[in-house]
Amino acid sequence: MNQSARREDIPGWLTHIVVPGFNLLLAFVLSGILIAVIGENPFRALSLLIKGAFIYGDSLGFTLYYTTNFMFTGLAVSIAFHCGLFNIGGEGQAYVSGLGVALVGLYLGHLPVLIVIPLGIMAAALFGGIWGVIPGYLQAKRGSHVVITTIMFNFIAAALMTYLLVEVLIKPGQQSPESREFAPNIWLPYAHDVMNWFGINMLSTPLNLSFIFAIIVSVLTWGLIWHTRWGYEMRTVGQNPTAAVYAGISTSRNIILAMFLSGAVAGGVGINEIMGIHHRLLLDFTSGFGFVGIAVALMGRNHPFGIFLAALLFGVLFQGGTELSFDMPKVNRDMVVVIQGLVILFSGAMESVFRPHIIRLFVRTRTAIAAPAE
Amino acid sequence: MNAAREVPAVPVPPALELRGIEKWFGNVHANTDVSCKIERGTIHGIIGENGAGKSTLMSIVYGYYQADAGEILINGEPADIRGPEVAIAHGIGMVHQHFMLVNTFTVLENVILGVEDDFVLTRSLEKARTELNRLEREYSLEVDPDALIEDLPVGLQQRVEILKALYRGAEILILDEPTSVLTPQEVDQLFRILRALRDQGNTIILITHKLREIMALTDHVTIMRQGAVVGHVETAETSREQLAEMMVGRSVLLRVEKKKAEPGAAVLEVENLHVRDGLNVRRVNGVSFQVREGEILGIAGVAGNGQSELLEALAGIRAVESGRILLRGEDLTRPGAVRTPKSMRQLGLAHVPEERLKMGLVESFLASESGILGHHHEEKYTGRILTRGRAILDDVARQMKAFDVRPPDPSLLTSKFSGGNQQKIVLVREIDPNPDILLVGQPTRGVDIGAIEFIHRRLIEMRDEGKAILLVSVELDEILSLSDRILVMFNGEIVGELPQASATETQLGLMMAGERLPAEAAK
Amino acid sequence: MLEFLSLFVLIIDATLRVSTPLILAALAGLFAERSGVFDIALEGKMLGGAFAAGAVAAATGSAWLGLGAAVLASVALAMVHAYACVTHQGNQIISGMAMNILIAGLAPTLGLAWFSLGGQTPALGDGARFRPITLPFADALADVPILGEIYSEIISGHNIFVYITLAAVPITAWFLYRSRFGLRLRAVGENPEAVDTAGINVYWMRYQALIVTGILCGVAGAYLSTGQNAAFIRNMTAGQGFIALAALIFGKWRPVPTMLACFMFAFADAVQARLQGVDLPIVGVIPVQFVDALPFVLTVVVLAGFIGKSVAPKSGGIPYVKER
Repeated sequence: MNQSARREDIPGWLTHIVVPGFNLLLAFVLSGILIAVIGENPFRALSLLIKGAFIYGDSLGFTLYYTTNFMFTGLAVSIAFHCGLFNIGGEGQAYVSGLGVALVGLYLGHLPVLIVIPLGIMAAALFGGIWGVIPGYLQAKRGSHVVITTIMFNFIAAALMTYLLVEVLIKPGQQSPESREFAPNIWLPYAHDVMNWFGINMLSTPLNLSFIFAIIVSVLTWGLIWHTRWGYEMRTVGQNPTAAVYAGISTSRNIILAMFLSGAVAGGVGINEIMGIHHRLLLDFTSGFGFVGIAVALMGRNHPFGIFLAALLFGVLFQGGTELSFDMPKVNRDMVVVIQGLVILFSGAMESVFRPHIIRLFVRTRTAIAAPAE
Repeated sequence: MNAAREVPAVPVPPALELRGIEKWFGNVHANTDVSCKIERGTIHGIIGENGAGKSTLMSIVYGYYQADAGEILINGEPADIRGPEVAIAHGIGMVHQHFMLVNTFTVLENVILGVEDDFVLTRSLEKARTELNRLEREYSLEVDPDALIEDLPVGLQQRVEILKALYRGAEILILDEPTSVLTPQEVDQLFRILRALRDQGNTIILITHKLREIMALTDHVTIMRQGAVVGHVETAETSREQLAEMMVGRSVLLRVEKKKAEPGAAVLEVENLHVRDGLNVRRVNGVSFQVREGEILGIAGVAGNGQSELLEALAGIRAVESGRILLRGEDLTRPGAVRTPKSMRQLGLAHVPEERLKMGLVESFLASESGILGHHHEEKYTGRILTRGRAILDDVARQMKAFDVRPPDPSLLTSKFSGGNQQKIVLVREIDPNPDILLVGQPTRGVDIGAIEFIHRRLIEMRDEGKAILLVSVELDEILSLSDRILVMFNGEIVGELPQASATETQLGLMMAGERLPAEAAK
Repeated sequence: MLEFLSLFVLIIDATLRVSTPLILAALAGLFAERSGVFDIALEGKMLGGAFAAGAVAAATGSAWLGLGAAVLASVALAMVHAYACVTHQGNQIISGMAMNILIAGLAPTLGLAWFSLGGQTPALGDGARFRPITLPFADALADVPILGEIYSEIISGHNIFVYITLAAVPITAWFLYRSRFGLRLRAVGENPEAVDTAGINVYWMRYQALIVTGILCGVAGAYLSTGQNAAFIRNMTAGQGFIALAALIFGKWRPVPTMLACFMFAFADAVQARLQGVDLPIVGVIPVQFVDALPFVLTVVVLAGFIGKSVAPKSGGIPYVKER
């Protein structure tokens, strides 16, 4: 009968740290069991993974390069989520953002660096944003479920990009569907190049200036969500749409805005991959990073710092997983996808399954500790 | 006398008997030691205000909820009603206030749902069609068995609910506020059907808050208040006045010390206002009144009689179908006029919504964030880009202190505060900008005694400062102790106005149950 | 003329083959969503089924055991979804997403570990896969002009799955509209409270619906790896689970229109494959990608209510909680 009164005594760390931590641990324990089932030693796998992600010469650069992508896609999911929307179209939005970069790179690449790089970044954000805002508009004005429309838009993006690459943007006389290389003005400097300017020797990795940009976007997102009135309005719409109406906050305007921003941030993948590394538009450069963003946002509890940590973890998994496959032929990148799925399952869908059990255990333990004292 | 009657036959047990029913929802004691007997072949009324525990009690009888303690006897036999299917097997049928119909199904499909005879529906459907025909003839319950529910008017949908119960062999039929959605003509038809059912030996339980229905239809009445039974009477031996008194109770009034109002100029004028709700049902039907400076105008009425829609329309949340709203003489409903929650606030109208958790606050927000809801765009809280975090914390802390919110810590989650303190957060947020007029709905719902007194005192102080206040409450005590004038709303209309001095609970109770005010009493 | 006929026959033949997994998966989705549970993991369940069928058929040499394994695997996934979302009121979209991603990784991981073929399963011999069935007299009648050709090419010579699928549509329609199970299924997706007050267990109804969903997705998966192809190949569903979802929405959650939507998508695909690069009068060359995007574009248009609004079952996506 007094359960609700007792619930208020449950400390915040239990529900905010222990419970999610337990869910995450469960996902990793299951992954470990799977590794054991396929005949490898999970502990050796773990140590190889960590070495592969941090210790080997160029590994940290690769880890942070992956982290950059996951920060963008995780932040994208979280921005929509704060407005009560589940954007699973990050993959498509990131993909289309590459088109924006490519158009600038192909046709304006000769402009000075200081003009063309901001232009490229803006184009990525704009194209990603447009790919997010259409489902947002349809949700706000036509009531079409944003989850379904963003799924559909992922596939439409894939078809559109393939078409453009195969028929329109392909470099003349080339077999594989890729655009020609952009003029170097739009290339973002690599981390090893920057380090070299300061006389520090660093092995060549894909890590580039986008990582700094991802950190800036994290801080901006944090500021937007918690320190501007627009963030306040979005969160009100997400948490209590009726209260938003009472307060005179337009739900449809905020849904559209949040989906635009979400898509724009997902466009960071286009910046990292196309402006930072490939310097040309190519097929499937997003390789599922958009979907990893869902796991990252869930694990990071939609907070930019949590998202950074979760993105780093997935960066470690992706990089370490690649290294792992050299030593353990049975374990490769697919294993990381399994972990990703388990994290989404336990940190997301089954989030509350174990909570009552953990709380009951806590209450029982506390009573047991308190009892002798009385 | 007839000899047969003299034989001391086995006494007929009541169709339904409840003994000591208890039900808690969390910390809310919804039913306290409820006992009552319902005789076979009668129409038994259960009357009480909103939240008196009537619907919970009947949901227990129907097996939708389980009682925490107590016993249910059907025809004298104890019954363990673990679910609706058990209730149905015991011959209990229920017509819920919100119909339990599948809108995309036909009448026949709804009737057989859950009591299909075979896996293949054909035979069940045929059987139901025949049975419906019979019931139609017997009780004049005409419905087209092949019509889709969503195409039927509410009156007929309700008839389908009754048919569903009868098809399941119900001998005890429970109806929860059955007339709330019906037109007067539909009500008459329903009553005819219910009488016919009783005359065939069925037992009818009618849950209502409307005295007219009790007097017109029932044989016996059980009166409930605050989850408990306060009396059983024979309808023939009681009066509306007596029932109203029992229903409302004689609880100690929290009278507030106040001097006589000195009303000034009209601040808010409402003329012949019509408002429809989200389902496009007209909920406010030609309401006119004024609220003047330095007075509290109370609107009494049972919940759901259009007060919510009225408040929302005045606050700029809900569209107006027709009629005018004037604020300080300015027509806000003229074509081209802006009437949004934001613009209304800027014009000096503040609004404390009826449901603070649904509308007034965001539970997952910090108190400092809930404390600026609707004012978040004001310059004192936000610059061109960034919000002024420090200023918000300080201002909300100041407001919380001014209204003695405990703990006065704006960095706690809104959900951590008690109901009374949450309500104070809303109230101070709305009062602090010094509005000319305050709309306030259910200011003390779910609020502890101490906070009630505090809130009441603040409202009186505001009035004494010359502000206009429109108070909507279902609590008669509150209306009586705060208002200077009282309007009673029923079915979207104002059924009368009483000055506070001459209003009595009985009279208000009658009006709330739809009695028009006799002309002489208004003077 | 004759050339046109044989082109027509080829296209119809391809349409049937391509639409089979789509229809099975779309019907699977129909059961889940009609019961009020969103399921965006048709893709994952199909892929899981395809892998289980490919692996078990390769190991045992029996196509039928493979089919059984596919059904078991897919039903197991559906039960995880039910446990998370029906019993524990978890988010149905997140759960579906988790399932899709989990299987996308798990199938090739297990495949690599067991068969060391880079995530594929070994190519299946004739006994370990479902072969086309030649209907009686098909060979004899093949030479009869038009009718014979239609009989032998379009009607005969398909996999057993194709015939099962074509039968599954009217059977589903019959179950949905004429049986007690269907009545309760439709009711629980529209108004679970009404079902509860009628004395029916809402949760059990939804579990039953998801079991059927699992079975159908499993069959669809088995078709991919042991019928249409002769092995499990990484990501062999290639979005067909989502095309099925699109068809379900396009068909407004009704069996026959959903089947027609699958036919339409498959037909467009078959025509496109035949006409690749052919310059048609008026329209010119139809890009492949246009046909690829067609199901999704049409679904968005329908969802937005531009051509006849498609309205999902009312309680879809909302977990049922009884006590307040």
